[in-house]
Amino acid sequence: MATTQEAIQAPVRESSAPSFDVKRIREDFPILKQKVHGKPLVYLDNAATSQKPAQVIEALLRFYTHDCSNVHRGVHLLSERATEAYEGTRVKVQRFLNASDSREIIFVRGTTEGINLVAQTYGRQNVKLGDEILITGLEHHSNIVPWQILCEEKGAFLHVVPINDRGELMLEEFKKLLNVRTRLVAAAHVSNALGTINPVREIVQMAHAMNVPVLLDGAQATPHMKVDVQELGCDFYAFSGHKVFGPTGIGALYGKAELLEAMPPFQGGGDMISSVTFEKTIYNAIPYKFEAGTPNIADVYGLGAALDYVNQIGLANIASYEHALLSYATEAVNQIPGVRIIGTAREKAGVISFVLEGVHAHDVGTILDREGIAVRTGHHCAQPVMDRFGVPATVRASLAFYNTKQEINALAAGIQRVKALFG
Amino acid sequence: MSELEGLYQEVILDHSKRPRNCHPMKDADRHADGYNPLCGDRFTVYLKLQDDRITDISFQGTGCAISTASASILTEILKGKTRAQAEALFETFHDLVTGKTHAEGETPALGKLAAFSGVCEFPVRVKCATLVWHTLRSALNGERKMASTE
Repeated sequence: MATTQEAIQAPVRESSAPSFDVKRIREDFPILKQKVHGKPLVYLDNAATSQKPAQVIEALLRFYTHDCSNVHRGVHLLSERATEAYEGTRVKVQRFLNASDSREIIFVRGTTEGINLVAQTYGRQNVKLGDEILITGLEHHSNIVPWQILCEEKGAFLHVVPINDRGELMLEEFKKLLNVRTRLVAAAHVSNALGTINPVREIVQMAHAMNVPVLLDGAQATPHMKVDVQELGCDFYAFSGHKVFGPTGIGALYGKAELLEAMPPFQGGGDMISSVTFEKTIYNAIPYKFEAGTPNIADVYGLGAALDYVNQIGLANIASYEHALLSYATEAVNQIPGVRIIGTAREKAGVISFVLEGVHAHDVGTILDREGIAVRTGHHCAQPVMDRFGVPATVRASLAFYNTKQEINALAAGIQRVKALFG
Repeated sequence: MSELEGLYQEVILDHSKRPRNCHPMKDADRHADGYNPLCGDRFTVYLKLQDDRITDISFQGTGCAISTASASILTEILKGKTRAQAEALFETFHDLVTGKTHAEGETPALGKLAAFSGVCEFPVRVKCATLVWHTLRSALNGERKMASTE
């Protein structure tokens, strides 16, 4: 039997497809109204950073015009309001990831800092000479380099699970590489370069069967799908606010409480202590143990507004709209002669990476830009992925829920323009 | 002519599709590597020198149309030139692609390099045009470090 709350949240229209008013949604994003090079902006670089709805921009303004003060310190009203909003956002993040406890949410600058935090605390504590860390061939540099730094320091080894020609993780190879020396598995939930959705449930299950904890890089997953860290069972999960329509410079790291409790602090300073003498310092409880110094309060306000905004549209609605748009875009791009899509995984989210025969990605990007179309060209901070497919660079069109079929048509027309120009 | 057509002039498209002097040189006196991390362009420039004169020059690598054409035209234009002439041309070329000078009339020595006059409208592409020139400079100076536009 459905509870009252479930009944309220159930979709109203049961017979027709769920409504998704993209035109109305676009009204919330002031930046999308502009023209670039005299053409309407077609923003298809969402995997680099997403645009911000007015609600997020207003939240930043609210902090600076109304609540600006420090958190966890003052007895005055402004500090009380800021602290309440700051801790309130922690609870929003907890719900966003479905963590069981808000103490498991640490505010960080972004995914990169979240991963570095784990490498420098959990990693330094638990990885020893001759140990192994396992990553995948799909990783962003931010989920490669922190582990290389750690392995170098400890005399440990970094192993890489290969991907197949579609850009999918080879799970059987993962199984072979997992062994008694493996101390941690770090994997992207969704690949930034190809859009592949990794089989993260299986990864966690297989790693846990060997008592190996798993960190997931959720930077590219959180904008596109509902994430449930309890259901996934992962031990750490990091994401960036700016990719989920929030401000830059803020993100969150989820960590299981028992792991966080046992980890040493990341940085030392104010707020992360409960008492300090010159002889001995007692660290604060989690999550504060990992939040030294005055945090990025304003952007936490913005992140809270962004999560509210995403929840209001609903991640299920977002996922189904984007799925249809990605299929449409894949077909539109694929039918242009000379285009080769890099990354054709059966499970994908938000990204079309491609090369155009005889034209370098950078030239494609320049020409598309003059058509008002913003795409990313290059190696997408994932050089090993480019090497795997034998291309120096790709053009990447990455989607958000405010993109439209008309914009995909503009992209296809832009690619035709490139071809015409290059003869 | 639109800015795009100004960037991708016929000469540039021709040299990017059919680059001249694009091969390794086994008996080169000097060679140097260049890398542009922004687009992943990589080139090696090979030189034969007699005293201060470039008697032969070639390049190899991959890059965008602008960087490939730049490499191809550079090798055509510098064969037989002295080190000082090459340096002077680099300076003139640099001024052109950064918009400090214009191709028309002012700099007759540029020859085919004038085709790069449209680059100044695309500031992020300046590095593409100049990568091979930085690499050439490394080769002339006998530097072992990889040349970079950064």
